[in-house]
Formats: sequence, structure tokens, C-alpha cells
Amino acid sequence: MIQVALPAHLRTLAAIHGDVSLEVKGQATIRSVLDALEARYPMLRGTIRDHVTQQRRPYVRFFACQEDLSHEPPDAPLPAQVVSGAEPFFIVGAIAGG
Amino acid sequence: MSKVRVLVGTHKGAFVLESDGKREHWDVSGLHFGGWEIFHVKASPVDPNRLYASQCSGWFGQQIQRSSDGGKTWQPVGNKFTYDGVPGTHQWYDGTAHPWEFKRVWHLEPSLTDPDTVYAGVEDAALFRSTDGGETWQELAGLRGHGSGPHWQPGAGGMCLHTIILDPADPQRIFIAISAAGAFRTDDGGQTWRPINRGLHSEYIPEPTAEVGHCVHHIAMHPSRPGVLFMQKHWDVMRSDDAGDSWREISGNLPTDFGFAIDVHAHEPETIYVVPIKSDSEHYPPDAKLRVYRSRTGGNEWEPLTKGLPQSDCYVNVLRDAMAVDSLDACGVYFGTTGGQVYASADGGDSWAPIVRDLPAVLSVEVQTLP
Repeated sequence: MIQVALPAHLRTLAAIHGDVSLEVKGQATIRSVLDALEARYPMLRGTIRDHVTQQRRPYVRFFACQEDLSHEPPDAPLPAQVVSGAEPFFIVGAIAGG
Repeated sequence: MSKVRVLVGTHKGAFVLESDGKREHWDVSGLHFGGWEIFHVKASPVDPNRLYASQCSGWFGQQIQRSSDGGKTWQPVGNKFTYDGVPGTHQWYDGTAHPWEFKRVWHLEPSLTDPDTVYAGVEDAALFRSTDGGETWQELAGLRGHGSGPHWQPGAGGMCLHTIILDPADPQRIFIAISAAGAFRTDDGGQTWRPINRGLHSEYIPEPTAEVGHCVHHIAMHPSRPGVLFMQKHWDVMRSDDAGDSWREISGNLPTDFGFAIDVHAHEPETIYVVPIKSDSEHYPPDAKLRVYRSRTGGNEWEPLTKGLPQSDCYVNVLRDAMAVDSLDACGVYFGTTGGQVYASADGGDSWAPIVRDLPAVLSVEVQTLP
């Protein structure tokens, strides 16, 4: 099971307490994790990536295993520690706003 | 006894205020959607417990929330606003072509007859409609595509469609306004639109009397006289007696005719209210005195209403959707400020008191009169 950590505002929006455990079919990638996340929580559609272009929103970042994965291709495999559930996949609201 | 419910959208969440018909003591519920910008909250006129709220964030984009119990609980509904076809371009601030991009929903206008039908005015300017309680949204693309779109420009707050008025006498007629394109009207339910800006004069645009390009801030209408419209333009307060076909200035003796909010008394269609703001580069009241101005003659002759309002050192603004009236007798008038106060008058504007203060900056105020 892949563990996904969401920013507080998105946890509130989707009424999620704590991290989300997701079963991802096939290869675990940013795209497949987000597909599974949005399938379970439809209200998160459009909050992390654009509805149509599927581009990551500018002030949202992805991290795992102390690496910034925000600019990785959406179909690149996620690190093995994320796939095994040992490390969470972090979706982070950028620190911005002054 | 009647009740009043005030729906307040702020920079950091929404609040619901309720009072009995005396309007002396107010219960404040909220904060709803803490940390999110709530541009607008509005109720269905046919199902008073059905509310819609526009919730957005620079990080996570747009949400629409729906309540079926008068704002006690909320449910996120559809947030997919996709322009019909290829969006094309409008003018950017520097006059260059800029692609249409959805940013946020400024105004939600529930249908006068169906609680599941609601209109959304968005930035970049377009009009959307949902007929399933906000689950899905379709653009009424005839507005954006009517021909002048490439000449529309953003106002300082963005290129927003901020005003939607549904004609209670003609279900096919809708008025909208866009900063900075102007006012438009459809007479066929939103399929085709035409600009209704004749008589507007805007010195700050290349052609002051152009068909489009005017920075209309807000329009108000009394439901008993849907052909009479009152407009607060960037500068100038205007009036139309022919459903927008022509406008004339009614600024009269106002200390400044810049401002955002304008509304009409619930029972006196010739009584209108504005909150003059010093200028477009000084978004605070003239002389640092917060004054509502009332005209009982449909414009031109205005009286300042000051009792209970701060008359020194006041530097708040009152934004375009932040004024509303109830329909009790006497008519209640309400407005919210960027300083976080919501002021109310239970006597048509003669005297005022804050019904809540120290909220985040108020973006919108709507009022429901409940049985």
C-alpha cells in the first residue's frame, strides 16, 4: 500500500484524517497515484493537477525519500521505498504568500 | 416571527449570521472553509436552505460548496470549469493578446425557479451554468464568443464576470457585467448577447464611449422594475430606464463617484445606496469617514448616512458584492468592509451598528429574509 501525505487544506476538503493508504494497480507513478487518489476522493480533482491538462498546479510540489519529485515525468516509476509503503509520497503546498 | 440570515464571504472563510426580525442580536456561525478565500455565498430564492459558496485558493484552485441545511453542513460539488471550444485571447494589461485562463468563480447566482440551477461568473470572464446542483458546469459560450472578447481587458482585480442579474419578469433575460468589458444582456436565455454600454463614458480608455471596455463595478435592480438598472462604474454612478439600452449619469452631489457597491431598497425602487470611495488609487472613504449615501429620488440627490459609522480614521473599502438588503419592514441594509466589519441598519440606513467585527476582509455579503 502506498502512503500519501496531503496538505492540511486538502485533508479538510476531503474529510481525511491522517495519511491515505492507496492500492495502486500496475506500476506506481505520480500519475497512477494521483489517479487512485482522485478516484477515491473526487473532490480532490483539480486541486493538485489541472482537470484538463493534468499539469501539476504551480504551488503544489511532490516529495518522497527526501527528493523533490515535482519535475519528474508523471509516468516515471516512484522510488521502491514509496512503492513498499516504507516512505510516504508527500503532496505539499508550496511555502508562498510572504 | 421573521428571521434574517446574512451570508458573509471573506478572504479566509465564510460566516453565517442569524437574527430574529428585530435584528438586534446576532448569532455568528463559522468559520467555514478556514484559510480559503470565499468570494461569494448565495442562497436559492426557492429553497432558502440551499446555499452555494465559491471557495478558492492560490494553491489548490477552485471549489464549489453546496449546503442543504442553511449553511450548517457543506458538501464539495463540481469544480470543473472548462471553456467551450478553443478559448482564444483577450487583451492583457499592456494591450497584448493573452489566452483565456480559468482562475476563479467570483459570483454565484441561483435560479429564481429551480434550486438545482445556478449560474457562475468567473475569471477570466465567462458565464457558466449548472442544472444539477453544482455537480457539473457548462459555459454559456455565446457571451464570450459574441465578437468583442478579443478587446476585453482585465481590471485591477482580474478580468472577472462579477455581476449576474436574472430578470424576474422574463426568464430569457439575463444581465451580466465584466471588469473591464462592461455590461451585457441576453434576451434568449444566454445563447446570444449584446453589449449594453451606450451612455457610459470612461476617460481612461482609448475611446471613452466605446461599445466595450468599460470597468463596470456592479449593477443593481429592484425586482418589481426589471427594466431599471443602477450601476456603480469605476467612476460614475449610472442609471438605465430601458434595460441597459442607454445609461445616464446620476452621481449628482456625491463626494466622489468612485466606488464598488450599489443596492436598491427592498420596498422603494427609487431608493438606492452607494458607498463612495475616494479614488481608484486610494481605496478608502473620502476624508476617512465611512459614509453610505442614499438617494430617494433614483439618483442625483444624495444624503450621507453616518449614524453609527466611523467618522474619523477609517480606511476600509467596501467591495462590489459586499452590500445587500433584507425585505423586512423597515428594510435592513448590510455591508461588509475590508477591515472585517459587517455593518447593518434596521431602519433603511438611518442608523448603523456592526453586527460582527474583526473578521477577515469581507468579500461578499448576501441576505436572506426567512419566515
